[in-house]
Amino acid sequence: MRSSWLFFVPLAFAAAGIAFAENSAPQGTTTIALPTGVGPTFKPGPGAKAAGKYCTTCHSSAYVAIQPPLNATQWAAEVTKMRKVYGASIPDDAAATIVQYLTTEYGKP
Amino acid sequence: MPFANGDRELLAFPQKRALIVMTPRPPQLETPFAVFDDGVLTPNDAFFVRWHLAGIPQSIDASTHRIVVNGAVQRELTLSLRDLAAMPAVEIVAVNECSGNSRAFFHPRVPGGQWGNGAMGNARWTGVRVRDILDRAGLLPNAKQVQFRGLDEPVEPPTPAFRKSLDVDVARGDDVIVAYLMNGQPMPLLNGFPVRLVVAGWYATYWVKMLSKITVLDHVDDNFWMKTAYRIPDTPNAGVAPGSTGFATVPINKLAVRSFVTSLTDGAAINAGPAVLRGIAFDGGSGIRSVEVSADGGASWRRATLEQDYGKYSFRRWTFQWNAAPGAYVLAVRATSNDGSTQNATPIWNAGGYMRNVIETYKVTVS
Repeated sequence: MRSSWLFFVPLAFAAAGIAFAENSAPQGTTTIALPTGVGPTFKPGPGAKAAGKYCTTCHSSAYVAIQPPLNATQWAAEVTKMRKVYGASIPDDAAATIVQYLTTEYGKP
Repeated sequence: MPFANGDRELLAFPQKRALIVMTPRPPQLETPFAVFDDGVLTPNDAFFVRWHLAGIPQSIDASTHRIVVNGAVQRELTLSLRDLAAMPAVEIVAVNECSGNSRAFFHPRVPGGQWGNGAMGNARWTGVRVRDILDRAGLLPNAKQVQFRGLDEPVEPPTPAFRKSLDVDVARGDDVIVAYLMNGQPMPLLNGFPVRLVVAGWYATYWVKMLSKITVLDHVDDNFWMKTAYRIPDTPNAGVAPGSTGFATVPINKLAVRSFVTSLTDGAAINAGPAVLRGIAFDGGSGIRSVEVSADGGASWRRATLEQDYGKYSFRRWTFQWNAAPGAYVLAVRATSNDGSTQNATPIWNAGGYMRNVIETYKVTVS
C-alpha cells in the first residue's frame, strides 16, 4: 500500500505540471492512436466475406459477435436498420446473404 | 460476462487502463465493476467509453479548439478554451451513466450495445454553465431547444451525425455545464477531450463529447438521435410488456435510482462473523434518502449507513454491518431517493434496453 502511494504521487504531479495549471482549461495537443486489429473476426461460413466487406466499413465485427442470439427476423431488422437508417450502401443481394450468414452463425432458429 | 455471447477481452486503450472491450471500433469500453469499490470517484483512466460513430479525431489541439454558438441567438459566438476559463467556473460531482447500462441483463434480450453494469462512472466535473454561454449569445424569443454537437463524424456520409438537444429551460439549468476538467485533469480524449457537455442527473447520451457546436433551435429537434433513437416508453419506470406496441414515447431523460453492492460479487464465498458490506447508490438528482440491505432475498430490510455526501448527483457510498452466520444467502440492496422513487424487484423491459434499475441481488455463501 505504502509503496504504491509513493509511486503514484510523483507521477500525478508530473502530469499536472506539464499539461495544465489547476482549475484552468487545457491547452495544447492530445494525440492518441486507437488500436487496430483488435477483437474477433467474423466466423467462417458462406457470407462471411460479404459481412466483412460491408459491416466493417462502420464498425468492428465485435458489434455482431456480442449480440444475443437473434432470429432471422431480428437479424433482418438489424441489417435493414443499417441500410435505411444509417445509410450503409449494401446491395440487395449482399444484404440477403448477410442476413442468412448472421442467422446461421450468430443466431437462433 | 454472465450472459450469452458475453466473452470480452480486457485491453488498455490510449490514456486508459485495461477495460472490458465491448467493441474496438467505435471504441466502447466498460469499467470492470471492482473499480467502483475503490472510491466514490471513478478514475479517468478507468471511466467507461462509448462512441456511436467511428469517425473520431485522434489528435485535438485544445489551443485552437473552438465552440461555435449559433442559431436563434442575438450574437453568434466562437469560444476558445481560454474564453471558457475566463468565465465563472462550476464544479459538480455527477454520475455519467449510459442509457443502455446493464442492457445485457434484459430478458428477453434486446439487440444493441451489450453492457454489463459498468457503463457508468462518477467524476468531479469543472466547467462553465451553458446558461452563462447562452446569456452571452442572447436567446431570441423563438428559442425552443439547444442542440449540441461534437467533432465526431459518421464514417459514411448518409449516417446521421450525432447531435443531442435539450429544451431551453433544461439547458439553462444550474447543473448543465461545458466541462473542461474531469477529476481536476484534462479528460482523456476518449471521454471527450478537450470539452464535453455535462447534464448532471441525465443519461450520458446527452453528455456530448468533444463539444464543438451549440445551436439554438426554434423547433423541437427532429434529428435521428432525438426523434428515433434514445426514446423510452412514456410509462411509469419506462417499462412495457415485451413485444407490446402502440405506446407513446419520449426522449430518455433523468437517471433512474439504482444501488449496487461493490465489496462482493454474485456467487461470493465469505467467512462467518462480522462483515462490512460496501456499495454505491445514485439517482437523477434528488439525492439518496436511504439504502436498505436484505440478507433474505428481499423479505426483510435493514438500513445501511450513508457515507460522505458529494452532492445530489454523485454516487453515494454506503456501508452495512452484517454479522454473517454460516449458510447460503441472497443479499439484496434497494435505494430510495429524496423524491420518493425507489427500485423494484421485478425488472422493467423495453425494446431499447434502457433504464434498467431492478433491485440487485447477490448469492453469498458464508462458512
